[in-house]
Amino acid sequence: MSGLSNWIEERFPLMSTWKKHISEYYAPKNFNFLYFFGSLAMLVLVNQLLTGVWLTMFYTPTAKDAFSSVEYIMRDVNYGWLLRYMHSTGASAFFIVVYLHMFRALLYGSYQRPRELVWLLGMGLFILLLAEAFFGYLLPWGQMSYWGAQVITSLFGAIPYVGDSLVTWLRGDYHVSNATLQRFFALHIVAIPMLIIGLVYLHIVALHKVGSNNPEGIEIKKHLDEQGRPLDGIPFHPYYTLKDSVGSLIFLMIFFAIVFFAPEMGGYFLEHDNFTPADPMVTPDLIAPSWYMTPFYSILRAIPNKLLGVVAMGASILLLLFLPWLDNSPVKSMRYKGRLSRIALLVFVVSIICLGYLGTVGLTPVRQILARVFAVLYFAYFLLMPFYSRWESSLPVPERIEK
Amino acid sequence: MIVTDTTEPENNNDSSDDSIDEQKRKFLLTATGVLGGVGVACALTPFVSSWLPSAKAEAAGAPVQVDLSKIEPGQQATVEWRGKPVWIVRRTKEMLAQLPNHDDQLRDPQSLVEQQPDYAKNEFRSINPEYLVLVGVCTHLGCTPKFTPLENELGPQWPGGFFCPCHGSTFDLAGRVFKGVPAPINLEVPPYRFINEHLIEIG
Repeated sequence: MSGLSNWIEERFPLMSTWKKHISEYYAPKNFNFLYFFGSLAMLVLVNQLLTGVWLTMFYTPTAKDAFSSVEYIMRDVNYGWLLRYMHSTGASAFFIVVYLHMFRALLYGSYQRPRELVWLLGMGLFILLLAEAFFGYLLPWGQMSYWGAQVITSLFGAIPYVGDSLVTWLRGDYHVSNATLQRFFALHIVAIPMLIIGLVYLHIVALHKVGSNNPEGIEIKKHLDEQGRPLDGIPFHPYYTLKDSVGSLIFLMIFFAIVFFAPEMGGYFLEHDNFTPADPMVTPDLIAPSWYMTPFYSILRAIPNKLLGVVAMGASILLLLFLPWLDNSPVKSMRYKGRLSRIALLVFVVSIICLGYLGTVGLTPVRQILARVFAVLYFAYFLLMPFYSRWESSLPVPERIEK
Repeated sequence: MIVTDTTEPENNNDSSDDSIDEQKRKFLLTATGVLGGVGVACALTPFVSSWLPSAKAEAAGAPVQVDLSKIEPGQQATVEWRGKPVWIVRRTKEMLAQLPNHDDQLRDPQSLVEQQPDYAKNEFRSINPEYLVLVGVCTHLGCTPKFTPLENELGPQWPGGFFCPCHGSTFDLAGRVFKGVPAPINLEVPPYRFINEHLIEIG
C-alpha cells in the first residue's frame, strides 16, 4: 500500500494534496451550525450535476417538444419524476444553502481582510448561480418560463442606444423563441456549470491559502505549536469530515421530505403557471420570478423609471462585492462589533425577507410604498457601512479561542 | 460517504484516557461502511432504472394485431413490432410440400437452436402451417432479407425463400438457414397467437 502511494506520489501529488487540504488542513475548533453550509453547497452542486446530466438524457431542447418532453420525464421515464424533483428542489435548496452561507460571512466578517478574494470568488459563484437558475428556468417551456425569460431579457432593453438590438441579439429572434431556448440550454448544461466548477475550485484554493474564519473572528494562525500547527485548530479530517457528514444526513432528510411530499412547495419551488405550456399570445396574470430572485425583482419594481430600476437591481447585487472595503470595523465577528453593526445587519436581513415576499405578490399602492422603504434600507446597509462601522465602539477580541 | 481513517491523531486526544478501543472502532467503521454502501446502492436505483425502456417505449413495444384476411396465398406482409420488421407469409400448399425436400442443405433443419417459441418448433416453424411469422432481421449482421418465393428464382437449386442482399445469406420458406452462408442460425420466430381465424397478435 505504501509502495503504491509512494509510486503515485513521485508522479502526482495525491497524498500531499490530501494532507494539505483535508487531513492536515487545520480549521478553527469552534465551527458552529452556520459552518455546515459550505460543504452542503458542494453536496447540492453534485446533486444538480448528477440529476442534470440524467435529465439531459430525456429532455428535448426545442420549443415544439420541450414541454411534452418534461411531461414524458414525469410520467414515462423510470424514476424520471424523482430525478426532476431532485433537480428542481435542488435549485431552491442551492439558494437556501448559499444564502445561509453568505449570511454566515456577514455575521462573522468572513469577507474582511485577508479573505477578500474568497469573498469575491464566492460572489462570482453567486452571480453564476443566478444565471444558471435563470437559464434553467426557461427549459420546461411553461408559461412562467417563457414570460420570465421575456421580462428578464427585456431588462437589457433599458440600456440607452444599444438596448433594443442587444435584446434581439440575446434572444436570437424578435421574441423569446426556439433560438432562445436552444442557447439557454447550451449555457445551462455546459457553459455555466463549467465556470461554476472552476470557480468552486478557486474559492477553496483561496480559502485554504488564508485559512477559515470562525464565529469569534480570531485568526488562529497567530498562535502555532512547535510543528507550526494552529493551537486553536483541528484537522479537517476526521473532525469536520465527520461533522459535515452528520450535517449532510440531516440536510438530506429535510431535502427528500420536500422532494417526496412537497416538491412544488405551494408554488414557490415550482410555480403553478408553469404547468401550462408557453403561449406567446397570453401573459399570466402575475409574473413573479422564483423566490430566490424576488428580493432583487422587488427593487426593480419599486423604482418608477425603467433604466434606474435596472441599474438599482444590478447595484443591489454588485454592492455585495464591495463589502470588504465598505466595512471599516477593526473586528470581524458580530460578537465583538458594536450595536450599530448589529442593528444594520438585522435591518438588512429583514429588508431582504420583506422585499422577497413583496416580489412574489401583486402590486398595490401600499406594497409599492413598503417595497421602496425596504429598498432604501437595503441600500443603506451598504452605503452607511463605512460610517457606522467606524463610529461604533467594538469590544476587544480575545487572543485565543476559549475552550 | 465512507469515512476511512488514514492518519492516527496522536496529539489531539485531549481526554485523560488515551487508550483506543480498536474493536469498537473497527465495528463502527464496518457498520458505517455497510450502511453507507446500502444507501449508495439505493441512491443509484433511479439513475440505473431510468435507462431502462420508458413506459412510452414499453407501450410502443406492445403486441400488434394483424388482419390476415387481406393477405393473398403466396404473398408476404410486413408489420413493425418494436422497431423491427415482422413478416407474415401466407404459404401455398406447393410451398409447404416443398419444405421437407431440402433438409440436407440446411444447417438446422429440425430448428434445434432456440430461435422460436415452443409452439412453433415444428417442421413448418409456425402454429398454423399456412401462416409463417418471422422477425425479418438477418441473423448475420441485422439486414432485412428479400422475399424470393419463386422456385429457381436464385438459380437452379433454389427452392424459394429469403435472400439477404448484404452478405448473401439465404433462408428457406420456413426461415431456416442454408449451409455455406454467413448467417449462423435460423431466422427468429417472434411470440404470436391467433385471436381468431383471421386475426393474429404478435408480441
